[in-house]
Amino acid sequence: MAGSNPNAKPMNLTLKVWRQKNRDTAGQLVSYPVKNVSPDMSFLEMLDVLNDDLEIRNEEPIAFDHDCREGICGACSLFINGRAHGPERGTTTCQLHMRHFKDGDTITIEPWRAAAFPVHKDLVVDRSAFDRIQQAGGYISVNTGGVPDANEIPIPKTVADKAFDAATCIQCGACVAACKNASAMLFVSAKVSQLALLPQGKTERKTRVENMVAQMDIEGFGACTNTGACAAECPVGISLENINKLRREFIVAKATSENVA
Amino acid sequence: MILDSKIPEGPVAEKWDKHKFNVKLVNPANKRKYDIIVVGTGLAGASAAATLGELGYNVKAFCFQDSPRRAHSIAAQGGINAAKNYQNDGDSVYRLFYDTVKGGDYRSREANVYRLAQVSVNIIDQCVAQGVPFARDYGGLLANRSFGGAQVSRTFYARGQTGQQLLLGAYSALNRQVAYGKVKVFPRTEMLDLVMVDGKARGIVTRNLITGKIESHSAHAVILATGGYGNVFFLSTNAMGSNTTAAWRAYKKGALFANPCFTQIHPTCIPVSGEYQSKLTLMSESLRNDGRVWVPKTVEIAERLRKGEISVNDIGEADRDYFLERKYPAFGNLVPRDVASRNAKLACDEGRGVGSTGLAVYLDFADAIKRDGQAAIAAKYGNLFEMYAKITDENPYERPMRIYPAVHYTMGGLWVDYNLMTTIPGLYAAGECNFSDHGANRLGASALMQGLADGYFVIPYTIGDYLAKMPYDKVPTDHPAFREAEQAVIDKNNQLLSIQGTRTVDSFHKELGLIMWEHCGMARNEEGLRFAKQEIRRIREAFWSDVKVTGVGEELNQTLERANRVADFIELAELMVDDAQNRNESCGGHFREESQTPENEALRDDENYAYVAAWEFTGVGNEPRLHKEDLEFENVKLTQRSYK
Repeated sequence: MAGSNPNAKPMNLTLKVWRQKNRDTAGQLVSYPVKNVSPDMSFLEMLDVLNDDLEIRNEEPIAFDHDCREGICGACSLFINGRAHGPERGTTTCQLHMRHFKDGDTITIEPWRAAAFPVHKDLVVDRSAFDRIQQAGGYISVNTGGVPDANEIPIPKTVADKAFDAATCIQCGACVAACKNASAMLFVSAKVSQLALLPQGKTERKTRVENMVAQMDIEGFGACTNTGACAAECPVGISLENINKLRREFIVAKATSENVA
Repeated sequence: MILDSKIPEGPVAEKWDKHKFNVKLVNPANKRKYDIIVVGTGLAGASAAATLGELGYNVKAFCFQDSPRRAHSIAAQGGINAAKNYQNDGDSVYRLFYDTVKGGDYRSREANVYRLAQVSVNIIDQCVAQGVPFARDYGGLLANRSFGGAQVSRTFYARGQTGQQLLLGAYSALNRQVAYGKVKVFPRTEMLDLVMVDGKARGIVTRNLITGKIESHSAHAVILATGGYGNVFFLSTNAMGSNTTAAWRAYKKGALFANPCFTQIHPTCIPVSGEYQSKLTLMSESLRNDGRVWVPKTVEIAERLRKGEISVNDIGEADRDYFLERKYPAFGNLVPRDVASRNAKLACDEGRGVGSTGLAVYLDFADAIKRDGQAAIAAKYGNLFEMYAKITDENPYERPMRIYPAVHYTMGGLWVDYNLMTTIPGLYAAGECNFSDHGANRLGASALMQGLADGYFVIPYTIGDYLAKMPYDKVPTDHPAFREAEQAVIDKNNQLLSIQGTRTVDSFHKELGLIMWEHCGMARNEEGLRFAKQEIRRIREAFWSDVKVTGVGEELNQTLERANRVADFIELAELMVDDAQNRNESCGGHFREESQTPENEALRDDENYAYVAAWEFTGVGNEPRLHKEDLEFENVKLTQRSYK
């Protein structure tokens, strides 16, 4: 399996992978030796090759979530050697390449661990709690049609850029997995900030933050204690500033609440 | 069967307005009596589901991903076109219409494309109102750029993540309707069959990807917004899960499939690095604005390079062939996607390719860095250079990038009329899933436009015309038609699980992909297509006798999911080859070697092929039946492309 780099030597590794049949059964770590891993492979391609071998041996392949494999869909979600998305900063698992590991390494691969993200099977978890938080208020209430011309709402470039930065969250759940409290604050704050910054979102800013935070609590995510692990492990660099913004939005909303008890 | 495109009468600029007036409306109080199924939650599906929910219909939306927001629209980089003319540079609805028909090499319907250009302006308004953070100028107004060789700046963008931001806008509108109870979303649920009652689409059969449960869902109409079929090639820029299954199973129930051989191959992708390669990554073609494409002049130098005896920077100017600049002095490195792709493949076929596999050409920024400075190049392309370095472990500031073409988009799809209805009454197709607007070649930044046009502004009008004539009665899911379809799905899954052969699903998929890439990819000829057809039939037979699908049906089983998709890809591949064989002309992304000019450029044949080829299923392994929809051009003048 020659890669693009003629000097790259194939590696032999040991994987310890979390295997769990379904939500209701207990799981365990199972060891798999993998040989001749090209440093140019992505981490998920390395798992593809292992799965191919398992299938041929009539063993069940390892289930894991993945889709775009270019770091934007947010589907992949592996906890690698104790870190969400593995050792490289600012990188999703699908963009992590094997050249960041060494011949002879043992690599532990687990699913996201959080009460609000129950395991479906092996490394696949249920992240639907995030969708329900978005449904609680992560939108601007406009119907299709009947909106003003796009250039009738001028927005200072600095504000638009800041809103964009918050809007790039890929909803992968690494922030929750990295947090010792399994808090979803970074995820929720990214959406709250984006919409609170934009003039279009200001009308509903109070009810939005109240409803989204209430839903976050219902889903069983932990409280935020400002460790900053979420932002350190976020593959797309969502900033802790957003959490500050959420707190301000929340306090103002509660102090002047019109809607939510 | 006579294909009726239902194009409204009158001048092209008035058709849509007239049609909107003439369609029947469903009384607001009666909309809640109708159920609509939307399959797929990308730009077309999410925007349609949200808008139909707002109108008052009961909507069920399905996606195989764990969240609607992960549909592959999310990965689109460049931007979205709209005829806003905010830049005062001469753009108009008519110009966008004209450019799109011409760019599609005159193989699309004028009336559909005109409507697309018309509603493009509404899309931008809608997205901004939803909070989509488009790029802006310092005055606070929206920024635009010129994209893909367009003469005007009509592309709106959100850095290199336009698809992501537009999809999140549609996803937020969808979430709002979920909160109101008007839309119910079924994530991790895959459509495996279409259910018809009395000749009309009345529902679908799905598999719950977590529990494996086979379920039926009944409705008054079904919309497929399930994307393209680029993964028939195994390696493409599509997401791993992107598939043709929903559309293909509708085809097998009687929906015609149009122009399946029209695929778009993007020239600037990161090359394959090994057999384990699972997908290809696209880099924006804006790179060709400053990068120069070249290969070594001789096979001998290329061989020494591939063996590692010399390095790229040892090759002097005299030994480099800047083949695009040489062959196309007027357009140089900025020739259209298909021309750039085909010439890269030619150079590699001659043995002059680079990289360890020999399947790559160089894209060199050395001159641009010398001219503008590294900082200026980094400001323009920094994120792309970073992405390239992350994947290849090479620094493109110091040595040229290696690029190779990859399958990116499929213009073909389910045949639809002006209302976006397929040949099955009550079954609609939206977005990349249909064949409608891009002809034989799609322009850059037009995919996002079409997906949102179909979902926000076309189907919500046209579906009412159909529903207004439908009784309110629902078909219960214990109706024999549902029972039969469920049983067929269960039987097929059991068959896949029971073969217990010796080869993995992926091994068949890779084998199929190589055949398609070689013989139904960038260039096609009669002999190669004949060979491909035989090979595909052989692969199909081998698949159904020797595939190994582990596990059981009643649980999360990703191998079974892939097996179903690959089974359909194999059948679709044969139809693509049939279509490519039938169309003995070169047009857009379809290059038939038999049909070229003396200078080896694509030669269209308007006299014999100015039609949409729509294929009817007649059974697996049987020859499909061809139906032709003649294309008439009343506004656009047909010309041959030339980039010399």
